Amino acid sequence: MNRLPITKTPKIYVGGAFIRSESARVFPIRDAAGNFLANIPQCSRKDLRNAVEAAAKAGPGWAKRTAYNRGQILYRLAEMLEARAGEMSGAILMGNGAATPSSPSGPRRRRRGSLGASQEVAAAVDRLIYYAGWADKYEQVLGNVNPVAAPYFNFTVTEPMGVVGVLAPEDSPLLALVSLLAPVIVSGNTVVALASGSQPYPAIVFGEMLATSDLPGGVVNLLTGFRQELLPTFATHAHVRAIVAVANPAERKALALGAAESVKRTRLLKTEEPFDWAAEAAQGLYAIRDTLESKTTWHPIGA
Amino acid sequence: MNAGQSASFRRLFDEIGPVDSVGIEERVAKYATRSIKKGAKLWGLYRAVSMLDLTTLEGKDTPGKIASLCQKALRPLDDPNVPSVAAVCVYPAMVRHAKKHVGGTAVKVASVAMAFPSGQTPLKTRLAEVKAAVAAGADEIDMVINRGAFLAGEFAEVRDEIAAVVEECGSAALKVILEVSELETYDNIRAASFLAMETIRAGDFIKTSTGKTSLNATLGNNQVMIEAIRDFYLDTGIAIGMKPAGGIRTAKQALQFLIAVKETLGDEWLTNKRYRFGASSLLNDLLRQIEKEKSGAYQAPYYFSDAAESY
Amino acid sequence: MPTLSSASSKTSARRGRTAPELVFGDLWPFDPAPETADPKLKARYDLFIDGKFVAPKSGKYFDSINPANERKLARIALAGPSDVDAACRAARRAFEKVWGPMPGRERAKYLFRIARLLQDRAREFAVAETLDGGKPIKESRDFDVPMTAAHFFYHAGWADKLEYVAPGRQVAPLGVVAQVIPWNFPLLMLAWKIAPALAMGNCVVLKPAETTSITCLKLAEIFQDAGLPPGVVNFVTGAGETGAALMSHPIPAKIAFTGSTAVGKTILRALAGTDKRMTMELGGKAANIVFDDAPLDQAVEGIVNGIFFNQGHVCCAGSRLLVHEPVTEAVLARLKHRIRQLKVGDPLDKNTDIGAINSREQLKKIRTLVASGVREGATLYQPDGILPAKGFYFRPTLFSEVTMSHRIAREEIFGPVLSILTFRTVDEAIEKANNTAFGLSAGVWTDKGSRILKMSTELKAGVVWANTYNKFDPASPFGGYKESGFGREGGRQGLLDYVILKP
Repeated sequence: MNRLPITKTPKIYVGGAFIRSESARVFPIRDAAGNFLANIPQCSRKDLRNAVEAAAKAGPGWAKRTAYNRGQILYRLAEMLEARAGEMSGAILMGNGAATPSSPSGPRRRRRGSLGASQEVAAAVDRLIYYAGWADKYEQVLGNVNPVAAPYFNFTVTEPMGVVGVLAPEDSPLLALVSLLAPVIVSGNTVVALASGSQPYPAIVFGEMLATSDLPGGVVNLLTGFRQELLPTFATHAHVRAIVAVANPAERKALALGAAESVKRTRLLKTEEPFDWAAEAAQGLYAIRDTLESKTTWHPIGA
Repeated sequence: MNAGQSASFRRLFDEIGPVDSVGIEERVAKYATRSIKKGAKLWGLYRAVSMLDLTTLEGKDTPGKIASLCQKALRPLDDPNVPSVAAVCVYPAMVRHAKKHVGGTAVKVASVAMAFPSGQTPLKTRLAEVKAAVAAGADEIDMVINRGAFLAGEFAEVRDEIAAVVEECGSAALKVILEVSELETYDNIRAASFLAMETIRAGDFIKTSTGKTSLNATLGNNQVMIEAIRDFYLDTGIAIGMKPAGGIRTAKQALQFLIAVKETLGDEWLTNKRYRFGASSLLNDLLRQIEKEKSGAYQAPYYFSDAAESY
Repeated sequence: MPTLSSASSKTSARRGRTAPELVFGDLWPFDPAPETADPKLKARYDLFIDGKFVAPKSGKYFDSINPANERKLARIALAGPSDVDAACRAARRAFEKVWGPMPGRERAKYLFRIARLLQDRAREFAVAETLDGGKPIKESRDFDVPMTAAHFFYHAGWADKLEYVAPGRQVAPLGVVAQVIPWNFPLLMLAWKIAPALAMGNCVVLKPAETTSITCLKLAEIFQDAGLPPGVVNFVTGAGETGAALMSHPIPAKIAFTGSTAVGKTILRALAGTDKRMTMELGGKAANIVFDDAPLDQAVEGIVNGIFFNQGHVCCAGSRLLVHEPVTEAVLARLKHRIRQLKVGDPLDKNTDIGAINSREQLKKIRTLVASGVREGATLYQPDGILPAKGFYFRPTLFSEVTMSHRIAREEIFGPVLSILTFRTVDEAIEKANNTAFGLSAGVWTDKGSRILKMSTELKAGVVWANTYNKFDPASPFGGYKESGFGREGGRQGLLDYVILKP
């Protein structure tokens, strides 16, 4: 008699812990043939609120880490992902078919772009390495000493904004998520991210890698669920200081409207414009800058 | 510096608090933007004349030069509205000559003493000099502190020397010169002001400079010292006077110093009992500006006696 | 050793005599010292569109008054939607045909020339600025006008160095930018907006505040004299509706706004879903933090600069003073002495330190908030002195015994009103300073270097002044955290808000 395998229960990763949605709701993911694979947490507004609390709690400590240390942790994360590349590839392949409000009946067979699962994992590893390297350098490029016309030493440094909401696109469920997350956390921000609605499973597995990467709990919080349900809360939660999202026109308007209430910063990429997540152009210093504030300090020079 | 000195050094600076040099200079720059016109200007000019310690401190001073100085001090201008100056300030050897001319008038005789300007002779010698000046009739003694001792943190020595001079002064008023250019920092100037003030008497003065170094009275060091005077007064009720000396050559400068006094110490220091200018060429510029205010016409320098400019 | 302790009066009382007092009386009052330079005002100011002064299509004008005496200064054109449209079209034409294609080195020379011509007419502009806005001539003469020129000079030098703006990336101008500025620094805010925009190759349609349009339109005369190509900068004057028409016009690729947080949010909502880029420089409620080891007299001077500069009409004003408890009385006593020296009155008098409140509405708002402070139990101190009978004036005001729950500790007053709170520890100071939705600026006063850097790191504000306050420079980026807005003005950082990064 065949042994019945034990399947892993997918959980969201919040505050360094693996938990179910407080709403106790789930939605199923199925394989390409339509067979049931697992139940994914369908997060609620309260889950989002709790995740923001966790991110806010982790923020000051993470921002105070040395740039060197943040870089080391991102390198470590890349190592974790590389070491478990096979598992992640499987997750990408396996998760390719969730029930979502847009396709409530289940499996979608589309694979994004031409990138295979293992290539997507490799690209995600490289992306982490890229941003890990920026950790102790972006400040040297973005900051300044300013030659003011008075006896003052004047310098501009960058600082993280705080809690940043990330809305991942439907496709490239790992690479896009990593590409959006990494430039945000490298500078000391903390993140509450909503995974791809149609392919949430890679994010679940990624959470397990985050947990083993020395990244302090709460720095990255990964939620799964339905975008329509959570987007308004991402937009209006005043403690979320910036939104990084790939969104359609209606979503962008909703995000901007909500952001207006607390003068939240937004970095909104367009779903309707094709975006090659694997390209060199999908990474860069200015993605880091988008979730940084500039602070200028003056001090007299005297004796 | 021994442990005791070190402790007292740190204690003094902690208690009086620091001074930010850039901030002080920005504060005093605002005095320079005050615009003093008409009646207010004339009042300020007259008042500045009355606060002058008309000074000659030269190796070539003679009784003749002193006579001429005293004449000018008593009657700076042929105008009854123009007051006499506060004092003539001379070397000890010239005190008796000056006294001959101004004795019995409102004009005091001030004498520098204590091995002016360096102070580098034995204390006994310096004190003897003070004694001699007072005996010759000096109403006021301008002494210079021991900067070497101050900079080495030997505050007790600085204080003791001042106390010894106070002793020798008797009823003569004492003006303690800090020699600000050698103290270098505003923090030091503030500290030295307190050291002096706690040893001298109400009605005595602290003074910026000998006039014999490169940097003398500025609005900045004047401000640090009058703030120290203010703080000392509010704390103890003892009113100390102030004398900026050296480098104040124009009426415009003098008015800026007076505005600093008005806005920092208030009306009660706008008198020669509590504020003096140590200067020589300043007087003629004050007179020139007074004449200009009255006549409306700009004046040639050689209209005024003892003018340095003859062109 | 005598100390400058907070307890000086107590010490004296213990010694059984009355506390010594300084006398700031009328022994030597200043005579009036009016600035007499001719501001060369016109009776009527038209719109500045496509290099020409043109009447508004509606034919409507509104009055601009002098807040110092409520007398009319000039009539200002009221721009309607069709005027705004004409301005935007002129800007686009200029961008496409002239300014966009022009080499940076040529653009640079126009900016340079504007700065020089403004320097030439500095006093005339200072008087006009003071008449129109009510600020003391001392400030318009020594700060607003020279700083305006300095911004044009600084940015002139960037115009041909765009490859250094964003390391690693090529940049390009955005096109037409729409800018709306407030009434507190009419010329300077204009320079902060226009100079970087032009340097980066953009063309501009700008709306000044309706109470302070005159110097903007005088600057248009300088643009003409400088030979600035028509349409590169256009000025549309009017109130909120004109601004709304400009913001919603399809041509501008970017909106730059300086003003209140409430209006900023309205704009953000109105533009939600568009692709327009934005920078927002909004309100503030800055903490100015004084530790016990601070240079107290300089701190007091900084507090005064922080809250009484420009009648407190400054978004980064140090309106919340946080004083370390051991020196609270010492600071308060010095502050009271100091503000008794401030002369309130005719802005054109060279000795005036605090001029006229910009408008009747603003005066009303200040009075309302001050009344709330009194009602909520804070202790009010105002020096004596006679205010002019006509015009809008308000005495420098201190509120002590304020707590974080008082309205005057939370709302932006935008007037010469200081709320004084106390703290005991570094952490408490940081907590109180950051306990606000604003985050534009902060001040910290201490003699301890490592504490300065700690405070500077912890304070959530775009500008931190350590042992100084309210200092500005074209090379120094300015802008807020949180609900004080986003984007920076000045420095290299400010340029990035006027370019797109090429793919």
